[in-house]
Amino acid sequence: MDVVTNAVPRGTAAPDESVGMSYLDRLPRRVVVVYLPLAVFTFVLLFPFYWMTVTALKPNHEMTDFNNYSPFWPSSPTLQHIYYLLFETSYPGWLWNTMLVALGSTILSLAASVFAAYAIERVRFAGSRWTGLAIFLAYLVPPSILFIPLAVMTFKFGIYDSKLALIFTYPTFLIPFCTWLLMGYFRSIPYELEECALVDGASRWQILTKIMLPLSVPGLISAGIFAFTLSWNEFIYALTFIQSSENKTVPVGVLTELVRGDVYEWGALMAGALLGSLPVVLLYSFFVDYYVASMTGAVKE
Amino acid sequence: MADAAVQDRILLPSEPKASLLKSRGMVGFLFMLPALAFLLIFLTYPLGLGVWLGFTDTRIGRDGIWIGLENYQLLWEDSLFWLSVFNTLLYTITASILKFALGLWLALILNEHLPFKSFFRAVLLLPWVVPTVLSAIAFWWIYDSQFSVISWGLIELGIIDTPINFLGDMENARASVIAANVWRGIPFVAITLLAGLQTISPSLHEAATLDGATGWQRFRHITLPMLSPLIAVVMTFSVLFTFTDFQLIYVLTRGGPLNATHLMATLSFQRAIPGGQLGEGAAIAVAMIPFLLAAILFSYFGLQRRKWQQGGAD
Repeated sequence: MDVVTNAVPRGTAAPDESVGMSYLDRLPRRVVVVYLPLAVFTFVLLFPFYWMTVTALKPNHEMTDFNNYSPFWPSSPTLQHIYYLLFETSYPGWLWNTMLVALGSTILSLAASVFAAYAIERVRFAGSRWTGLAIFLAYLVPPSILFIPLAVMTFKFGIYDSKLALIFTYPTFLIPFCTWLLMGYFRSIPYELEECALVDGASRWQILTKIMLPLSVPGLISAGIFAFTLSWNEFIYALTFIQSSENKTVPVGVLTELVRGDVYEWGALMAGALLGSLPVVLLYSFFVDYYVASMTGAVKE
Repeated sequence: MADAAVQDRILLPSEPKASLLKSRGMVGFLFMLPALAFLLIFLTYPLGLGVWLGFTDTRIGRDGIWIGLENYQLLWEDSLFWLSVFNTLLYTITASILKFALGLWLALILNEHLPFKSFFRAVLLLPWVVPTVLSAIAFWWIYDSQFSVISWGLIELGIIDTPINFLGDMENARASVIAANVWRGIPFVAITLLAGLQTISPSLHEAATLDGATGWQRFRHITLPMLSPLIAVVMTFSVLFTFTDFQLIYVLTRGGPLNATHLMATLSFQRAIPGGQLGEGAAIAVAMIPFLLAAILFSYFGLQRRKWQQGGAD
């Protein structure tokens, strides 16, 4: 911190000569303009995770006693909350449900989206442009205006309160997203490759499975992990369509079953939030570049 | 979207090959079938069903009958509904402006030459990756009326005397949920805008610098115009998802205190699922559609105008 406080007076004088490119800036100015705000952003954006972790490891008596124990560090770290979560609640079941639902809906959506994106982008049937636009608009339909009619439908179909209800409804936002992403990806694959294969007598099916799919593995990974994360994080459908404890997903289970009356078990809640975030964070950390590519790709088209 | 279509027409001069692709329409239809079937059954149909439900008095466990505009008349006279509209607009506008300003700032910072740049970029996206409900639970604890770490810190620093009642006071609760929403939205805006910033050629900035442009002038006349199409798209997404937000409010306040944070989505849920009035809930959801359409059209035409200004198509 002392570097920063030293730099402030000199930094305020610096803007007079700030005409040059950023790499010509002197260090004190960069500290004020770049490093200090970056430090604040990093602190604010990451603090909740730190706080979540610390709380999850604190024994109950330390959690609310900031005078005798340092609030920022568990003085006697404990795994009791995690133990409670894993062995005395249905938490492992929720994790398993979320995993099944996320995998099921992701695979379903990816399969449908590959065909749709290929048809729109490469078969170019009459009206493919409009179909592409419709897919984009479908992505803009928010779950908050669909959950009531979908609840009525799942009830009529007899899949209410089952994992199938979620596996079938999540593709409503996954298919438009994956299709849009894969359309962009297929567009980047040279058309000539396909023409050669067509001339050699390959069928559309062969072109898709033997040429396009192997070439678009990075695009499929991007779409896949993004779809998985979106389904893992979904809340309003899971809250509305699932009643019984054994079918709940992690976000719904943590919120509805770990909060009992007025006594909030903060340790268990934080441990539940932490463990529930872990799978997506791990997936994300292995595929950061794919993830960023899919996020920016979906927007940049 | 429009420019993608235009590009295709230019990039695909291979129309003569059409004769090779027998019954293009049939092949296209077969390939589209799985996605189309899914979207028609689980997206288009429920959208229509939702509009229809809004005109009925359906309740949980009982099919409704057509009652015309009665739900909407009730809503029109319902002060809670209008409060939720006001809250939603306040929430969306404030949070979007903050997300845009702070996100753009963070993007500009990350665009500098930094040590461990990719590390920062990866770590700062975490709020957006983690399930909203789970991070909202962390905020719930951070906003606790007695044991909030923010209150503790401010008391230690001698700025306040008593803990802040984050979620119990109307104004505080509004500010708190907006802050949590902004916290989650900044990384999305920052990382997508960063991708746009990286496509701006440094030579433009160098040329402007040689001509004596100040940092602000370069930002105002180079960075901003080059970035504006992307900004329009990113902010459309941001506005749409903020407007229809449900999770954060449901975790933090459930619409309280005194309905000060009830959004249209949470009111719709409350009336429809715990309240059992599916018809009325659907009517509230339908009432969100005009706002969403307005946001989409606004950004679409905003986008078009900018493109024309830059000498693009049309």
